[in-house]
Amino acid sequence: MVNFIWAFFIIAGIIYGVITNNYEVLNTEILESSKTTLEMVLKMFPLVALWTGIMNIAKESKLLDKFSKAVAPILGKLFPEIPKGHESLGYIASNIVINMFGLGNAATPFGLKAMKSLQEINKDKTTASRSMITFLVLNTTGFTLIPTTVISLRMMHGSANPTDIVITSLIATTLSTVAGLIIDRIVAKKRACKK
Amino acid sequence: MTLISNIFIPLLVLFVVLYGIIKKVNVYDVFVNGAKEGVEIGISTFPYMLGMILGVNILIKSNVLDFILSFLNPFFELIKVPMDILPMALLRPVSGSASLSVLNNILQNFGADSFIGRLASTIQGSTDTTIYILTLYFGTVGIKKIRYSLWVGLLADLVGIISSIIVVSILF
Repeated sequence: MVNFIWAFFIIAGIIYGVITNNYEVLNTEILESSKTTLEMVLKMFPLVALWTGIMNIAKESKLLDKFSKAVAPILGKLFPEIPKGHESLGYIASNIVINMFGLGNAATPFGLKAMKSLQEINKDKTTASRSMITFLVLNTTGFTLIPTTVISLRMMHGSANPTDIVITSLIATTLSTVAGLIIDRIVAKKRACKK
Repeated sequence: MTLISNIFIPLLVLFVVLYGIIKKVNVYDVFVNGAKEGVEIGISTFPYMLGMILGVNILIKSNVLDFILSFLNPFFELIKVPMDILPMALLRPVSGSASLSVLNNILQNFGADSFIGRLASTIQGSTDTTIYILTLYFGTVGIKKIRYSLWVGLLADLVGIISSIIVVSILF
């Protein structure tokens, strides 16, 4: 599926660009994308290192275990395949909480640690597990209490009330999160029956 | 709310370090070891990000999206949704920075407190870059078969965008 989408982006883009005489732009874009990626990774990986460092303290001091056990009753329902008190629950909960405060950049390292931890209990290392998919559906629906970037952008453009989209965003993101989780659960159950 | 956002991270760091010291953990050494792992994670994401950014940039800069959108025009006029919101809705799952720049343009051209300004803000605030997240997270741990995750994610995005349109229409 990703292979297909990726190929579509590139093939459709280049063919259309060539037809519309836009290949100069394409030329720069193709060559520049490695630079753009490097800049993005350079921006991200120090943050990842910072938070995996802090999280390692939480892990060694058993704080993470405590947190995992505390959230297990809630998250256990969403992730029935994760063993009770497994450390991945702690990472997942941290990722969700930090995302809720609109700190997407700080949440990513916790998400990556959660994926690594889920991979350890994954039976087939090249295939996504059900828990991984549920976790990523939660992430892609972007459940946020305060969309900080949008608010600051609205401030910049002179909104009389930059935060008045908080309520609408919250309603929309809640609906999409609930929908995502329901669809995820239905599909997971159907797949399990087929096997 | 912004105050909570700002104070959250300092308090979290304080709490974790304090708890570590109380539990007699060698906090500095443990931090450095954890950070090492972070460096590895960060670098291992590069090839996946490169692939995705290459594809997304070609798609966006070639303007092929506008071409595809022109076919959807009549349909959107029919259901009375402003056309200008479409690039935003289509780009949101693909690229965070691209949809942010569309949002920026909308706020500039129509005003932050216009209907479409609020709608675009709500869409940006209520969904996330599905394709980017899946690429990054699955790529980092070496998952090749992502199964049904992509279309569940995109379907949820669609629900989010439709909900945004409905909620903003009702509340404003």
